[in-house]
Amino acid sequence: MSRYVWVLAGGLSYEREVSLRSGRRIADALRDRGYAAELCDADGQLLSRLGSAPPDAVVIALHGSTGEDGGLRALLEMLDVPYVGSNSAASALAWDKPRAKALLSQVGVPTPRGVALSQHAFRELGATPVLDEVVEHFGLPLMIKPSQGGSGLGAAAVETRAELPAAMVGCFSYGDTALVEQFIAGSDIAVSVVELDGGVRALETVEIVPKDGVYDYTARYTAGHTTWHSPARLKPSVAARVTELAIQTHQALGLRDLSRVDFIVDETGEPWVLEANVAPGTTPTSLLPLAAEASGVSLGELFAELVERAITRGGDSCKAL
Amino acid sequence: MAGTTLDDYTDRYAARVHGMTASEIRALFAVANRPEVVSLAGGMPFTAALDHSHLAELVSAVLTHHGASALQYGAGRGELRLRELICQVMALEAVTASPEDIIVTVGSQQALSLLAQVFLDPGDIVLAEGPSYVGALGVFAAAQAEVMHVPMDDDGIDPAALAARLDQLRKQGRRAKFLYLVPNFHNPAGVTLSEHRRDLVVELAEQHDVLIVEDNPYGLLGFETAPGRTLHSRSSSRVIYLGSFSKTFAPGMRVGWVLAPNAVREKLVLVSEAQILCPAMLNQRVVTAYLEHYPWQKQLKDFRTLYAARRDAMLSALTCLMPTETKWNSPRGGFFVWLTLPPGLDSKVMLPRALAHNVAYVPGVGFYADGQGCSQLRLSYCFPDSDRIVEGVNRFAAALKQEQAIQGLFTEHPPPRKTRPSNAVSSIVDNRRRRYAPGPEIT
Repeated sequence: MSRYVWVLAGGLSYEREVSLRSGRRIADALRDRGYAAELCDADGQLLSRLGSAPPDAVVIALHGSTGEDGGLRALLEMLDVPYVGSNSAASALAWDKPRAKALLSQVGVPTPRGVALSQHAFRELGATPVLDEVVEHFGLPLMIKPSQGGSGLGAAAVETRAELPAAMVGCFSYGDTALVEQFIAGSDIAVSVVELDGGVRALETVEIVPKDGVYDYTARYTAGHTTWHSPARLKPSVAARVTELAIQTHQALGLRDLSRVDFIVDETGEPWVLEANVAPGTTPTSLLPLAAEASGVSLGELFAELVERAITRGGDSCKAL
Repeated sequence: MAGTTLDDYTDRYAARVHGMTASEIRALFAVANRPEVVSLAGGMPFTAALDHSHLAELVSAVLTHHGASALQYGAGRGELRLRELICQVMALEAVTASPEDIIVTVGSQQALSLLAQVFLDPGDIVLAEGPSYVGALGVFAAAQAEVMHVPMDDDGIDPAALAARLDQLRKQGRRAKFLYLVPNFHNPAGVTLSEHRRDLVVELAEQHDVLIVEDNPYGLLGFETAPGRTLHSRSSSRVIYLGSFSKTFAPGMRVGWVLAPNAVREKLVLVSEAQILCPAMLNQRVVTAYLEHYPWQKQLKDFRTLYAARRDAMLSALTCLMPTETKWNSPRGGFFVWLTLPPGLDSKVMLPRALAHNVAYVPGVGFYADGQGCSQLRLSYCFPDSDRIVEGVNRFAAALKQEQAIQGLFTEHPPPRKTRPSNAVSSIVDNRRRRYAPGPEIT
């Protein structure tokens, strides 16, 4: 009898639509490999369904908080349901960009200098002095993004001091804490890290060249609006360094099965880690499928092996706490 | 290395689709369909109010008695019997026409598309109210037309602004291909063109030799009084009239119509046949049966009563909960309230916060072709029941309050006195609390 796998997708997040596209792709790929894969929304019925007829394993294709902040993963651990991907504690760490950056800095992984600022900080200290101080300290341009979340939602590059307040308001619509970072000009590079055949391996590097120069939501999810190069057009020494840092990031954050590490490689060839994602997108315009293809691994092959790993690992051994 | 765009067809696309992109608004609306979210966004009529078992009998009868023809191709301009009945529907609004004057379309959306194909070349000018119906703007954009908005107020489009715009175009040696209007219970603005202005608008169109496209899906949904006489009844040769069963019966039927002068009509039929061959026969037969056997006039009355109660629920909730600098209109029919946020707030920027509060609306910017509408938004009261509407407005008010607080933080002014920052903040909060205090009927 074929394995029964639930692909969790949708959820109540701004990345719902992207998640559904990712989930469908994974479910199709698994079905092609002979799995009985079902697409399930993360809604009010999920837990009772898990309790009454649990699948052999769960693949989490939920983007945004439910899929990535560790909460749902902790519940799966509690219910002893095997699932693909990082455990709840590591997911919670990677989800919180400022915390993840702090840890990466400690182990020598370069990330852009920045500061996480809550709405509360601005309320207490006043926006003008805080923003003045940030500009004084980091200079311009700056990158503003919600400390949690993805798909470029709520993120803005700011070139002048005058643009900062509007960018902060836009960012705070998506969350209570903003990450304000030095803007590093350079090439956007993404490296997917997978655990296959018992070892950690980086897939082919992917370089992202948005048509309008900005890798925003439109550029990410409109076919034809971005050009991707895989492998990235990097010097071999830089590519090797990026690959090494991706694996180091995956391991330092305690990630498991698969992740995607996003970089900027600056004009001097120095790579900077921006963030690590525990639920990388698998839509037709996402980076993981591109990297997998360039590496000679099909999406079905990849997820089939990760599902088998999760089942072997079992639900109980997933427990993080 | 050329890289890949994951779109191997890029160099084959027509110029008109180059601007079509995935928008983050769409991503946000994917959340709005969840049951936890009170959606004040969609303009969906409340089809649950229809007698579904009666409709089932009608559909069954259509298939039992006329199955073969209902499942067959039909005439490009639509079924004669349906066109006769459409004339009776239009007569309720004093539009006189013969069945020969009418083309049945796939909703009035297809009628808009037909008009764009027949009239618009790339770069042509279309005049439209500001704001305007988003579906029409999409059609005009796909036709690569340039939409020029004419402002409106509580009495509809402003004739003085329209005259100025027409004069300006004349001086430039340009001419608008047509003026697109939704005179009754406007989508999204909720307003109705006043009787006096109807005369002025038609006069201006005559003077400047501009066609009018009168889109009237909501005209039979007036709560207290019927709207003014149609523009078509004032100048049948200058006005192309669009009607629809989407709001008065069911949008799932996709049945609308266009009433146009003879020469235009013949072109529209040819283009429609090229697009769709003929409107769906089964749906036409079902609408025909609805108009012949279902108490549709009583149904209209029921719809009006239902929507009026929901409008009242929304307006009283807004009155209780909105901060003083928020403005909105009081629609006398239709589905929509158009709301202007307090100064400095951006409705598109605020949408994620509203969704985090489990309420959805449509940001105003989508109803303009030129980037206006940042401070405005559309609330619809047609689909959720009154309790949900009040809950939705409550959540909206909470989101708005938070957004104002954030906006207030980032309004650049001298920093608060360092000695007493908490007092400064608490006085703002207290002030807002007073203004947002809900009335007893809400709690």
